[in-house]
Amino acid sequence: MEQPSHSDSPDPFTGLRVAVTGGTSGLGLALVRELTRRGARVAFVARTPGRVEQVARDHPGAHGIVGDVSVKDDIYPIALQIVGELGGLDVLVNNASSLGPTPLALLADTDCEDLERALATNLVGPFRLIKAVLGALAASAREGRGGVVLSVSSDAAINAYLRWGAYGASKAALHHLSRIWDAELAAEGVRFLSLDPGDMDTPLHAIAVPDADPATLKRPEAAASELADAIAAALEGVAA
Amino acid sequence: MIAADRPVQRPPGARLLVVDSRGEITHAPRAKFVEFLGPGDLVIANDAATLPASLRGEYLATGQPIEVRLAGRRSLAPDDVHQFAAVVFGTGDYRTRTEDRPLPPSLRPGDRLTLGPLSATVERLLGHPRLVSLRFDGTPDAIWAGLARHGRPIQYAHVPEPLAMWDVWTPIAGPPVAFEPPSAGFALDWRALATMRARGVAFATLTHAAGISSTGDEELDRRLPLDEPYRIPSATEVAIRKARALNTRVIAIGTTVVRALEHAAARDGRVRAGEGLATQRISPTTQLRVVDAILSGTHEPGTSHYELLRAFTDDKTLRRANDQLDAHGYRTHEFGDSVLIERRARLPWHETPGRVIRTVSVATAGGNHPAGSQPTVCTLQSVRTA
Repeated sequence: MEQPSHSDSPDPFTGLRVAVTGGTSGLGLALVRELTRRGARVAFVARTPGRVEQVARDHPGAHGIVGDVSVKDDIYPIALQIVGELGGLDVLVNNASSLGPTPLALLADTDCEDLERALATNLVGPFRLIKAVLGALAASAREGRGGVVLSVSSDAAINAYLRWGAYGASKAALHHLSRIWDAELAAEGVRFLSLDPGDMDTPLHAIAVPDADPATLKRPEAAASELADAIAAALEGVAA
Repeated sequence: MIAADRPVQRPPGARLLVVDSRGEITHAPRAKFVEFLGPGDLVIANDAATLPASLRGEYLATGQPIEVRLAGRRSLAPDDVHQFAAVVFGTGDYRTRTEDRPLPPSLRPGDRLTLGPLSATVERLLGHPRLVSLRFDGTPDAIWAGLARHGRPIQYAHVPEPLAMWDVWTPIAGPPVAFEPPSAGFALDWRALATMRARGVAFATLTHAAGISSTGDEELDRRLPLDEPYRIPSATEVAIRKARALNTRVIAIGTTVVRALEHAAARDGRVRAGEGLATQRISPTTQLRVVDAILSGTHEPGTSHYELLRAFTDDKTLRRANDQLDAHGYRTHEFGDSVLIERRARLPWHETPGRVIRTVSVATAGGNHPAGSQPTVCTLQSVRTA
C-alpha cells in the first residue's frame, strides 16, 4: 500500500512538521502564525528566551527553542529539539537574518567582523542546520510527506545596492547554495527554495531603512501567506 | 583487534571484510561497499540520531556527584520523554574505564537527582542497583531543552577526545532516539546513497532506539540489549515486499536494523509498518526471516552484537573471519572498520527454482593491504535462473 500523497489530502499543512528560524519577530513571527493557523506543527528558533516564551504562549502548540543559528555549538542542540519535539521534520525555513553593520555601511566602511557576522547568520548557520536535519528531511521525503527547505532571500542577493554589501553578499551565497543543494538532492526528494519576500514592514527593515514609509511596505503577514503557498506548491511537487 | 580511537566516521582507509553466503572471505576498501550490492537489493539503515544521553549531576540527598546514562525508553513518541531507564555511575568520567569507576550512591525509590537544568525522581530499581527507572520533571519541551543544553554524548574510554554531537550523528540521522549511535551507519554518506541509486539498489530506513553497548558491569551487560522501541515506515514495508517479490537481498546496516526487522516479522514472517518494542535477543538459534546480510562494525566474541552475527553464519566461519580481522590489523569499536556478512546459504535457497544465484567477478582494488594478502573486490551480481 502506497502512502497517501499530499494531493489526496485537503490541506498539505495538516500535521506538517515545520521549523522556522528567527521566529519571534517580523516575517518569522508571521510565518509561525500563518503555519500554525494552517494546521502545521511548528517549532521556532530565536535567541532571546523571553521572546521565545512569549511567542510560544501566544501560539499554543508551537514549540519555542532558544538558540542562535550563527553559533556552531548551538546547531546540534537546536536540531535535537526541532526533530525531537516534532518527531521528525518535513519543512525547514531559514528565516533568521543579520544585516551585518547597522546602520548599513559602504563596504569600505564595513568591519570584517560585521561581514563575518552576516555570513555566520545568513550562510554558514543555515548550511550547518540543513546538514544536521537533512536526515530527517530525507526520511520525510522517502515517506512521501515532504522534504522542503525554504531559505528567505532578498533582491539584495541579485542587485548591487549601495551599503547592502555584507547582507547582499551573504544572501547571494545562500541563494546559490540553495540552488546547488536542490540540484544535488533532487533525487532524494528534498527540494530547496530560495525566495525573496519583498520589502516588508519589519524590525529588520526599519533598522536598514529607518526613513521608509511603512505604508509603502508589504505586510509581513501577506509575505508569510505567499511563502506558505510556495511551500505547499513545493510539497505537491515532492509528492507528485 | 586495534581500538579505533579517533572519532572519524569515514576515515579514508576504512576497510571491509566480506563473508559471503558460502563462507568465502574477501577484503575490500569500505568505500567500495556498494559494489557488493546488485540491482534490486534493498539496503535498510537505522536513521535514529543519538541523544546526548550522558547527564552529570548530583544525588540530592548527599550532594554526591553522579553520572546518569539514559539507556531505554518505552516508545518513540516525541512527548513521551518523562520516563527513561538509566544506568547510574559514581564520580569520575569517561577517562576512567567504566569497569574501574567508583560505584554510585545506592539509590532508592523516591530519591531525587539534579542533572543540570533537569531534575528527576528515581521511580524504582530495575533489578540491579545501578539500573533505575527515572522520571523527569517538567514539560516535554523543557525536558528536550534540558537534554539538548546539558546532555553530552556517551563517551568512550578508548576515544581520548571528547565526542561532540556531530561525531555521533550518522549522515542520515533523523529522530534523536538512540542512546548510543547506530554506528554501522557511519559507513554511509550521501554519495553512497547516490551510488546505490545508480546501481539500482534500493534504500530504506527504520528508526530504532539503539541502547547502550556496555555498562562496565558484567551482570548488567548480560541484560543487554534492553527492550528497544522502533518504527517501520510504510515506504520501508513496501520496499521489503518488493525485494521479496524480486527475490533480491535485504541488507541491514547494523545490528539494530536486524533486531527491529526480525522482531516485526516474528509473528508471521511479514514486516508491517508501525511502531513496536523489540524485546528478543538474536542468537545462533534465531531463524532470520527478513535480513539476508548485515553490514556491521567488528565485534568481539561474547558480546550481544557478536551473538547476533552468529545467526548469519556458522562459528567456524566467524572464527576464520576473526582470525583474518586480527591478522590484517582491522580496527574495532564504533569508529572502526566494518564487516559485511551474508547469511549462510540454506538448502531451499538453492533448490527453489527461480531463486537468485550470484556470480562473482573479481577485480583488483586499490587501498593499503598487508604484503601477501590478495587485494580483491568481489562484485556479487544477482542473476535470475530460468
